Amino acid sequence: MGLLDQKFENGNVIITTTDNLLNWARLSSMWGMQFGLACCAIEMMATGASHYDLDRFGIFFRGTPRQSDVMIVAGTVTLKMATRIKTLYDQMAEPRYVVSMGSCSNCGGPYWEHGYHVLKGVDRIIPVDVYVPGCPPRPEALMEGLMKLQEKIRNESLAKKKSA
Amino acid sequence: MLTEFGRVLIFIIIGLVFVAAGLITAWLIRPSRPYPSKLSTYECGESPVGEPRVRFNIRFYVIALIFIIFDVEVVFLFPWATVYKNLGWFAFVEMLVFLGILFVGYAYVWRKGDLDWDKPAPNIPRYDRGVGVRDNQLVEEEVAL
Repeated sequence: MGLLDQKFENGNVIITTTDNLLNWARLSSMWGMQFGLACCAIEMMATGASHYDLDRFGIFFRGTPRQSDVMIVAGTVTLKMATRIKTLYDQMAEPRYVVSMGSCSNCGGPYWEHGYHVLKGVDRIIPVDVYVPGCPPRPEALMEGLMKLQEKIRNESLAKKKSA
Repeated sequence: MLTEFGRVLIFIIIGLVFVAAGLITAWLIRPSRPYPSKLSTYECGESPVGEPRVRFNIRFYVIALIFIIFDVEVVFLFPWATVYKNLGWFAFVEMLVFLGILFVGYAYVWRKGDLDWDKPAPNIPRYDRGVGVRDNQLVEEEVAL
């Protein structure tokens, strides 16, 4: 059981300080899930390789969902792959984040109208934090998306969310 | 006063505290929302089927033993090749003796048949004659296999 997670009503000094520490730790080591689905994966590999060097953001790819924080859905999500992606997302340890990379996983892309075999957006099966547009997105775009995700993690809190 | 092994004890205690502190911190801060799909075994996204333990053929045992011997032989050959120029004929003869001994073992294994991989030859029954219907009569006839 998590003793700190969502057990507090609102942020006091101790909670916000702990928040800052935890969020800094989490955004500084966003380990990615190592899998690619289509041509976006080539750009993702290029982003991870020496020229663009994701390591300097603390991001590198792990071979198992148990050690991964971020799932980069890079490519066309076919219906056959969708069930696997759902399983892989389920098997990731929390806190977990999803970056949807490229038009195909954002909304079906070129398969939007006649793609009988393509899921029209990966957000139909798993919650997506950041959408990166492009077909495929350049490595700079993917890095921008990951930095957006870092901003999102920076503003997270242990406190319970207030109901509206 | 600490004895020599007293220091080892201190290292063990520090190690235990270090591990315990890490596990307790993780237990404090991690979210814990388990559900069956999250706890399922990771099989690259597939549903796990069958037992994780599988039996290997016992013949792999002999192959593994032989592999280790020749693996070590190669490991010895590399440093030998590095210093070969300095040692000269002495090293050459030494390595010839070493390789000779291993070669005798290799010949023994070969002669004994441990390198042969017998495939099982099961006795599968064949039916080359069967019963068929011809001109409303049951007759025994050849069966094409």
